[in-house]
Amino acid sequence: MSVITIERKVLEKNDEVARQNRALFGQHRLFVCNVVSSPGSGKTSILERSIEHLGGRLKIAVIEGDVQTDLDAQRVARYGVPTVQIVTAGGCHLEAALVRDALKNIDLTGIQLLIIENVGNLVCPSNYDLGEAMKIVVASTTEGDDKPLKYPAMFRNASVLIINKIDLLPYVPCDLARLRSNALQINPALTVFEVSCITGAGIPAWCEWLVAQSTRTV
Amino acid sequence: MHELSIAQNILDIVREKIPQGEEALVRAVRIKIGAMAGVVPDSLAFCFSAITHGTPLERTALEIINVPLTVHCKMCGAESSIEQTLFFCPSCGGFELDVLTGREMQVSEIELDDEEENRP
Ligand SMILES: Nc1nc2c(ncn2[C@@H]2O[C@H](COP(=O)(O)OP(=O)(O)O)[C@@H](O)[C@H]2O)c(=O)[nH]1
Ligand SMILES: [Mg+2]
Ligand SMILES: [Zn+2]
Repeated sequence: MSVITIERKVLEKNDEVARQNRALFGQHRLFVCNVVSSPGSGKTSILERSIEHLGGRLKIAVIEGDVQTDLDAQRVARYGVPTVQIVTAGGCHLEAALVRDALKNIDLTGIQLLIIENVGNLVCPSNYDLGEAMKIVVASTTEGDDKPLKYPAMFRNASVLIINKIDLLPYVPCDLARLRSNALQINPALTVFEVSCITGAGIPAWCEWLVAQSTRTV
Repeated sequence: MHELSIAQNILDIVREKIPQGEEALVRAVRIKIGAMAGVVPDSLAFCFSAITHGTPLERTALEIINVPLTVHCKMCGAESSIEQTLFFCPSCGGFELDVLTGREMQVSEIELDDEEENRP
C-alpha cells in the first residue's frame, strides 16, 4: 500500500478562472457584485428598482444566472442596460467559466458596475468565486428571521446584506431586529440595507452606496 | 446539488494524478472538508460513487476528513474552535475573528494498493 500526497483545492480550476476574471475587471476598473439569495427574495426586482433609480448615473451591465429561461434578462434589458443571460440548465450555481464566456457578449468599455445575479440558492454559490469584488446576499422578510443561522457560510462570505420586502413586515412573522442580529452575529462586518421594491423605501440609500463603490478611484 | 459538480472536480484531480492503467489500484481518496465549506459529506460520497460506478475507480472509497471551524481573535489573541452560528470569541466575546480553518475543500491524499497485492 502506498499513499500519494496531493493537497490540492477541489475547485482550483474555478479559482484560477475567477482570478483571470478579476484581473479583467481590474483592467476595466469595474466594480463587480455577485448577488445571491433564495429563489424569490427579490434579486431581479432590486436590480430593476436600482437601475431605474440611478437613471443613468452609472454605466451598468448585468449578467443573469438562471436554471431555465431568460425571463429575468428580459425584465432587466427593458431598462436599457446591456444584459446577458446564462442558463445553467439545471446547475444550481454560476461558475467562473460561465461568467468568463458571458463576458464575451458584453462590451465592458466604459462600464462602471457589473451586477451578476446568481442562481437562487443559498448553499452552492458560496463555494464558487466568480471574480467579483463582493457577494451581496438578499434575504426577504417573508423568509423569516432565522435565515442567517440556517445558511451561515453564505452570510459569512457576503459583504452586504439587503433585507427586502420590508413593506410586508406588518403581515409576516419576521422580527427585523432579530434578522439583523442573527446576520451580524455570523458576520459583524456586514453592511445592511433595508429596502422595499414595492414602496421604494431604502432604495436611494442602497444606490448611493453602489455609486460610492463604483466610482471609487483606487 | 453542487456536490455532483464537486465530485466531478475530485474525479478530474484523481485522473490527472493516476495513470489510466493504475486506476483500479486506487483504494481511497481522502478529502478535507471544512465545517463552513457548505458541503454535505453524505451526498458528496453518494455523488462520487454514482459517477465512478462502472469505471475502474468504482471500488474507490471517498474518505472525508472533517475540519473544524477554528478562529483567531484579534482582540485577545485566543485561538478557538467555534460553531459557525456562534461567531464570537469564546474567551473574550470579541467579534473580530480571522478564520484559521473550516473553509477547506481539498483533495488531501490518494491511497493505492501495490500492484502485487492486487494480482489474483
Ligand atoms: N411585497 C413585495 N414583493 C416583492 C418585493 N420585491 C420583490 N417582490 C416580489 O417577489 C417575487 C420575486 O421577485 P424576484 O425579483 O423575481 O426575485 P428573485 O428570484 O430573487 O430574482 C416577485 O413576485 C416580486 O414582485 C418587495 O419589496 N415587496
Ligand atoms: Mg431573478
Ligand atoms: Zn478573544
